[in-house]
Amino acid sequence: MTEPFVSRGFRGRRQPGATAARLPPGQYETPDFPVLSAGPTPRTPLATWDFLLRGADGPVARWAWDEFAALPHESVTVDIHCVTKWSKLDTMWEGVSVDALLAAAAARGVKPSPYVLALSDGGYTTNLPLADVTGGKAWVAVKFGGAPLAPEHGGPARLLVPHLYFWKSAKWLRQLRFMEHDEAGFWESFGYHNYGDPWREQRYSGDP
Amino acid sequence: MSSVIAATPEPGSAPSQRAAIAWRLATVVDVVTETPRARTLLLDVPGWPGHRAGQHVDVRLTADDGYQAERSYSIASAPEDPRIALTVLRLDDGEVSPYLNDVLRSGDRLELRGPIGGYFVWNVSLGGPLLLVAGGSGVVPLMAMLRHRAAAPGMANMPARHAVPARLLYSARRWEDVFYRAELTRLAEADGTLEVAFTLTDEAPPGWTGFGRRIDRMMLAEVAWPPAERPHVFVCGPTPMVEAVAATLVELGHDPARVKTERFGPTGGS
Repeated sequence: MTEPFVSRGFRGRRQPGATAARLPPGQYETPDFPVLSAGPTPRTPLATWDFLLRGADGPVARWAWDEFAALPHESVTVDIHCVTKWSKLDTMWEGVSVDALLAAAAARGVKPSPYVLALSDGGYTTNLPLADVTGGKAWVAVKFGGAPLAPEHGGPARLLVPHLYFWKSAKWLRQLRFMEHDEAGFWESFGYHNYGDPWREQRYSGDP
Repeated sequence: MSSVIAATPEPGSAPSQRAAIAWRLATVVDVVTETPRARTLLLDVPGWPGHRAGQHVDVRLTADDGYQAERSYSIASAPEDPRIALTVLRLDDGEVSPYLNDVLRSGDRLELRGPIGGYFVWNVSLGGPLLLVAGGSGVVPLMAMLRHRAAAPGMANMPARHAVPARLLYSARRWEDVFYRAELTRLAEADGTLEVAFTLTDEAPPGWTGFGRRIDRMMLAEVAWPPAERPHVFVCGPTPMVEAVAATLVELGHDPARVKTERFGPTGGS
């Protein structure tokens, strides 16, 4: 219908090809680790921290901090993509795979549900299909760059789901709840996309 | 106001499918120099669906070979203003902000989409008191709230203003770095229910009577409404400032659920 729009006088700063190939549409690389949170950073003492798996009928598994620390940990190096446009490449994390946590629930006879809701200190929530947190795709991370995860980055423990926009990687995670039906989480209720695939640029509700 | 707003669901509801937020071609109708490093773009946006104070837009630049860059910028204008105002701080090592500051001029066009964000928002019907804490260019979405507070229907009369008293604490390095200096001074002078306090962390002009240090507990205790007044609190600025201010407000007894924050890192808005 019309000529594609061109911004007069804009040249831009292209990334080297190897980096550009790892950046989803609309993203730019940052060496920093920006912090984005909707409210004050919660600070839960490790002595009172626990992690719950919860089914429709109540908690099905609970780990205190020491028990959680004793679970097998994995090291992963992944690229992360924030909906606010920054991406950070080759970030190094350590944590417990969600597969391992769900195996513990399965051992207690808990049947899988099609969705999970992540719940955090401070009231934050985010919703995910079960298929996106299983099969080696998600972790509960407790270390970043070899050091305990800083509170402003979600410490003591945050969800890590690197193949989705980073708001899905809930900070200050305390609970995963098995859900029969999908329920919108926090940002998903405030106009952000329900699924959030960065490679399809699913930033906001209504994006295809 | 707009359907975008009416459709906002509560957390826990079934995910809704809404129309996509469309890219629109805005025209720059005026440019205002705010500081040596920042200017405001005043935009005419055909079909703009309306926004709430505190929301932002995505801006997309396209080079002639199709290369694109996107960034988010907070809206500085009130929902009552027919033009959309974006105030952009020039980051010397940025890709987009130098273009918006140095190259773009009146008559140019700019692609954007929005409004975006439904949490860091305020309007007069939410009531007060209103406490705004800004660091540097973090004042932009808070200015939209103050402009809305002044321009909203019915807010010209004093009883309406008394129902939503507001305070802004604004931290900047130097006086010359303060955005909207004249307008903030004018708004506060004309309105006894609005208090504006500045703190200058690096250098104060001769005869300066405002604060002259980073925002700290004593300053917040002096400026902020007591927690018992249950103010709506909005904090926006660089990450270390927001972390410190939000944590201190909680220590002072403010309900964390009423302290809403927006943070940007060193490259967060480039």
